[in-house]
Amino acid sequence: MTKRFALGIFDDEDVLMHAIENVRAAGVKIHEVFTPFPIHGIDDALGIQRSRLPIAAFFYGMCGLAFALWLQIYMLGFDWPMIIGGKPHIALPAFIPVSFELTVFFTCHGMVITFYTISKLYPRWRTPVLDVRSTDDKFVMAIELNDKTDLNNLSKLLRENGASEVNEKEMTKN
Amino acid sequence: MQHVSPVREPLVTGGKTYHDVTQDVCRQVEAAPNVRWMAALSVALFFLGIFLYSVYRTLWYGIGEWGLNKTVGWAWDITNFVWWVGIGHAGTLISAVLLLFRQKWRSSINRAAEAMTIFAVICAAMFPVLHMGRPWLAYWVFPLQNTFGSLWVNFNSPLLWDVFAISTYFTVSLVFWYTGLVPDFATIRDRAKGPIAKVAYSLLSMGWTGSAKHWSRYETVSLILAGVSTPLVLSVHTIVSMDFATSVVPGWHTTIFPPYFVAGAIFSGFAMVLTLMLITRVVFKLEDYITIEHIALMNKIMMITGSIVGVAYITEFFIAWYSQVEFEQYAFINRATGPYWWAYAAMMTCNVITPQLVWIRKVRYSIPLTFVLSIIVNIGMWFERFVIIVTSLHRDYLPSSWVMFSPTIIDIGIYVGTLGLFFTLFLLFAKFFPVINMAEVKTILKYTVDNGPTYTGHDSHAPAPHTTTTTHGVPASAPVNYNKHD
Repeated sequence: MTKRFALGIFDDEDVLMHAIENVRAAGVKIHEVFTPFPIHGIDDALGIQRSRLPIAAFFYGMCGLAFALWLQIYMLGFDWPMIIGGKPHIALPAFIPVSFELTVFFTCHGMVITFYTISKLYPRWRTPVLDVRSTDDKFVMAIELNDKTDLNNLSKLLRENGASEVNEKEMTKN
Repeated sequence: MQHVSPVREPLVTGGKTYHDVTQDVCRQVEAAPNVRWMAALSVALFFLGIFLYSVYRTLWYGIGEWGLNKTVGWAWDITNFVWWVGIGHAGTLISAVLLLFRQKWRSSINRAAEAMTIFAVICAAMFPVLHMGRPWLAYWVFPLQNTFGSLWVNFNSPLLWDVFAISTYFTVSLVFWYTGLVPDFATIRDRAKGPIAKVAYSLLSMGWTGSAKHWSRYETVSLILAGVSTPLVLSVHTIVSMDFATSVVPGWHTTIFPPYFVAGAIFSGFAMVLTLMLITRVVFKLEDYITIEHIALMNKIMMITGSIVGVAYITEFFIAWYSQVEFEQYAFINRATGPYWWAYAAMMTCNVITPQLVWIRKVRYSIPLTFVLSIIVNIGMWFERFVIIVTSLHRDYLPSSWVMFSPTIIDIGIYVGTLGLFFTLFLLFAKFFPVINMAEVKTILKYTVDNGPTYTGHDSHAPAPHTTTTTHGVPASAPVNYNKHD
């Protein structure tokens, strides 16, 4: 499916932030904003919901902790109990280091795998981007176009709000 | 919202624009390898060759190739292991702890420091694995039933804790580092000209486009990774120190070990970061990003951790006397005045006296002196581990088994070989990966107070930046230096 986008190119993040507010206030739906670095407050301005990744991370951590405790208690306490240095089979203080490490291991990898999966980030042979300068020094606001959009008005709106260029680009999304 | 004192030195000098940052960092990635880089790589590869030969000798003829004997069963191998792991700690400290403390100066050094962490941990892992004698059975350290029979690994053993700590530390650091690299790979990908570079960096950048939603999640992930890496980095050297502290060997059996080892690790790690950064900034012309201020700040951290280490040495001595345990006292007297007194003297001079020189401002801000100091500190920290390990072991409870340890050529070969391995990896990283986190440096660009070219007025197409209330974290008064070319 091919989609058409109007691209407002901005040179500065402060200008972009105000433009986002004004463009949204004018009732135009912003498809996506591409920036070379994270901008504070842009998620609020765009109405992006707060990520629930911390909740996922906590959940993974708890899984790791449970797994570690099960591993150690089952193996040393039940499956093949051994007397090591005259200590109890289930010597919980000695299990702290491994339990901690596995908690961290599961938290980190679980969260990162979730992040890449939900963001649909995976290795690709080619990566089409709307404007290659958006990973360098330009801030790109993409607005999806349909048959009813008045391009002149939109272009004027973007320029009034500080866009240094307004381009049109087609992108095939698979 | 953030206020930057005008008294503060700028984080990035030279009045850089966003595009300048991209240009300066991508320059050496895109250019053909220069002669200096090739020369350095050849030297590193030569030492890597020594490593491979020494490993071959160790595996083919066995551990008898090393200088170990019945009394001293751990020597250079564990010394080098602890030394390398310790060096790695500075990278995580910079990327995680300083992130949580919002130390913005970390932005231009964290990438290279994290790379250093990963390569140092790879070097460290070589030693326990080789010491196994049969590294192809290294998977036995994991909780698999012993030779697939019925017996499990011993979870009460600090050596097993090490397995979990080091594997977690390595994989978490790797993931943290890679996730940070993804946006910068995207920058290189979008600038790439050659077909191979285009495909390679497209694969590496995982389809990153820099969309606001991705950045929002990316920041969440970075923050949580920093949050879990901070206790992780402390736990790793704590557990390494427990390899010694949980034993009953006089000189090892001390409760001070965990904090003392962690401080020592950060101390040696910062010394290594300084060594690498001082070279990198000159070779890749990054003096505007890794400024003299960065060097001074790292020197200060080195001084603090060095002083903690110094206090720990003195405390150990005091406790040995105070404990009234004859063997403990002998272990420490033997360290300082026994046959290995020279190693002890080297450790004390390099680690206790050297960092105190950093109190002098001239030393802190001097590049040649810092370079020399950083190398001395690394030598001292190597001796610290040697002193702890070998001098505690070589005279045990039974005087008839007292011996001296001397390394063989293979011991030395493996050690200098890991330096070759480390520098080979670091040089490859420095050539093909962005050594500075471009995206992060761009976020701090406006916060830097600079005397360089600043905002010169309205340019042709952009309207004046809004000087109304600053709701987006950028102070209206912050110097703006983005359109110096206009």
